[in-house]
Amino acid sequence: MVKFEKFTLENGLRVLVHEDHTTPMAVLNILYDVGARDENPEQTGFAHLFEHLMFGGSVNIPSYDEPLQRVGGENNAFTSNDMTNYYITLPAVNLETAFWLESDRMLSLAFSEKSLEVQRNVVCEEFKQRYLNQPYGDVWLKLRPLVYKKHPYKWATIGKELSHIEDAKIEDVKAFFKKHYNPQNAIMVVGGAVNLAEVKKLAEKWFAPIDKGVKYERDLPQEPVQTEAVTETLRADVPSNAIYKVFKMPGRMEAGYAETDLMSDILSQGKSSRLYQNLVQQNPVFSQINAYNYGSLDTGMFVIEGKLLPGVDVAYADECIWKELEMLKTEPIFEDELTKVKNKYESTKEFGEMSLLDKAMNLAFYELFGDANLINTDIENYLKIATEDIQKQANNLFKKEAATTLYYLAN
Amino acid sequence: MLNRTQEPVFKQIENIDFIKAEKYLLKNEIPVFIVNAGEQELVRIEFIFKNKAWELEKPLMPSITNAMLTEGTHSLSSAQIASKIDFYGAFFQTDYNHDRSSLNLFSLNKYLANTLPIIKEMLTGSIFPEKELKILLRNQNQKLKVGLEKNANIARRAFTSALFGDTLYGYANQLKDYDQVKRENLLAYYQKVYQPKNCSIIVSGKIEKSVLALLEDLFGNWEGFADKEDLKVDFKSSQEKLHYIEKPDALQSAIRIGIPFVNRKHPDFIGLQVLNTALGGYFGSRLMNNIREEKGYTYGIGSGIASLEKAGYFFIATEVGVDVTQNTLAEIEKEVNLLKTELIGDGELSLIKNYLMGSLLGSLENAFSHADKFKNLYFFGLDYGYYEKYIHTIKNITPQQLKDLANQYWDYNSFYKIIVGKM
Repeated sequence: MVKFEKFTLENGLRVLVHEDHTTPMAVLNILYDVGARDENPEQTGFAHLFEHLMFGGSVNIPSYDEPLQRVGGENNAFTSNDMTNYYITLPAVNLETAFWLESDRMLSLAFSEKSLEVQRNVVCEEFKQRYLNQPYGDVWLKLRPLVYKKHPYKWATIGKELSHIEDAKIEDVKAFFKKHYNPQNAIMVVGGAVNLAEVKKLAEKWFAPIDKGVKYERDLPQEPVQTEAVTETLRADVPSNAIYKVFKMPGRMEAGYAETDLMSDILSQGKSSRLYQNLVQQNPVFSQINAYNYGSLDTGMFVIEGKLLPGVDVAYADECIWKELEMLKTEPIFEDELTKVKNKYESTKEFGEMSLLDKAMNLAFYELFGDANLINTDIENYLKIATEDIQKQANNLFKKEAATTLYYLAN
Repeated sequence: MLNRTQEPVFKQIENIDFIKAEKYLLKNEIPVFIVNAGEQELVRIEFIFKNKAWELEKPLMPSITNAMLTEGTHSLSSAQIASKIDFYGAFFQTDYNHDRSSLNLFSLNKYLANTLPIIKEMLTGSIFPEKELKILLRNQNQKLKVGLEKNANIARRAFTSALFGDTLYGYANQLKDYDQVKRENLLAYYQKVYQPKNCSIIVSGKIEKSVLALLEDLFGNWEGFADKEDLKVDFKSSQEKLHYIEKPDALQSAIRIGIPFVNRKHPDFIGLQVLNTALGGYFGSRLMNNIREEKGYTYGIGSGIASLEKAGYFFIATEVGVDVTQNTLAEIEKEVNLLKTELIGDGELSLIKNYLMGSLLGSLENAFSHADKFKNLYFFGLDYGYYEKYIHTIKNITPQQLKDLANQYWDYNSFYKIIVGKM
């Protein structure tokens, strides 16, 4: 159980407070409701590049990191297709420094040309390190546009191509800030050895004076239902053949999400899972195989990816995957299997609550999904699922014409 | 009017409270250390064994023995073990490092009486079935094949091998090694190492009294023999300092630079950690500032000191665009030498001190992290006085002392330099 209080400043900034006095630390987490899906198709990778620029100094504070480190704090951030999230952990006695830093960069950035130039390079190196200079590293650059034809999920957060990042201009940076980085578009969570009254006072002091800005109204092209299977083959210098199979699935808060999420656990969580038992252990086809989902807010991806053992025929391996999916469609799973994945869900949640930062982030995510209290109640959506619900959802999802398959083969 | 240019007043961290491990002995004298804290109804129990032997002819024996613990016992098959543990929402993990092999259980308290007996089975009745062994070796072999395509991995392997040669600390697994693993060798190693006399149990989480009783009940009568033999690691570093592995198609070069170094037991270790922090130990470090934030050569660069039981090593690691490989090397050399020739400014040093104190405080998040701190002491023969000394050193170390340490321990010319990519 994660207890929290919520209040909203006049400028629209939502603030959640989670007191946890078992630690001397505090967390300040700010989520901005903007991700790669909100980018201009000609300027992909921008939300993520922008995240880097948020550390290049703000209007009144030339360096972001230095004053934070001086009070014993640390910070980081990440960008996804749906959101951009920034977090600070620091000794709770120095909480005000976090308010000072975060409020100033919500007020305005320094917009330094030098910072833009350097971060363009840093992000290009990140692009190479994570996506190009790795075996299978570019798979999502190739797969997303096969899965999504309309929705901006068709590009990865790093961007479609290096040139989009290389061409970024300071005017674009300013416009992006104005559009997305304002109090109405943000959720702040303060957690740890803090108290509500103190947080209210600090929030009023540092964030209330920030202009509320203009609300960004999201209106994205939604992905139509897929009616034809998509299959593509790619060859590269990789050590083994791989199969990536994707089905579209409900968004994070849509009906059927929890069933689909549990289905990925049935298929591949732990060594007792079906894919591991059947296709790694009993009938060795893959050296590793996983099923997972992206937890996206709009229509998401249910992914099965496996690396084939040497000498195994790709078409046969593909058939083996289908056989597992067909089994979920035709026969209800065992009660024990369902209990197992529910138990795992429950204990994973319990283990997650040992981390203050995880709790703070999850509060922010759930608030973005619609209601922070889902952090405590979402589990009910999982516990009420019956074996026939899983079977029904498998039939909704795993249709031949709805599959996108990429064969990533060794040269 | 709010003055946003003025930073808020801040406080220094004066005290850090450690939740100390309490020691108990089971009937057969297995030491059990308990770190009791937290509100979540869960527990982590680690069974930790010292590695006892390593031979160049059977380099994978210790690690594969460890990984195979989950793969079958006299009464449970691999699949049964997995489904039992998974059914109770528990997790287990085999863990092998240079000094120790362990088997760790994460469980909700309410299911501990169901999950812990499975661990006992694995520690006392593993049979290393041929079929599962074959699968594990094949899959690990495939994983290594993928790993060998990553320049950063290749650099890491070449680095430890240059520093520590063909020893437990230096040897990099080869694909062919997987073909030579034999079941009987694993069984022999299992008999030698997974013994009550060679076992420490570390329990952390919300600990009820019943936990100790359960441990006593399951493990207190575990009989075995004591193998007094201690593993020696006699390493010879390579003569060659520069190891360049060319990858014509690389977009980035992986760089790894460093030397064998003192470990946590050495009196200078803490001061050297402060020095390392300045060079590359945090986001605001000199290497990050220069090579990422000033020049944009890389997504990240860092340095660190690894403490092994019988050695240690200092390293700098990064991946940079191939066109700036040479420039990066020159800048790294410059930054190392600057710390030897010029005193660290007071502003920078006080920032580092505050950062390190904050980071120590933040690293004590829950019972698990307090237990991890205890392991750092216990396995190096240290006590909690080490952390008092750590805090004292951080608060009092001077720019002159840091400069002296840099001169005593760092000589860029004697550093091993591994470059995988192009230059």
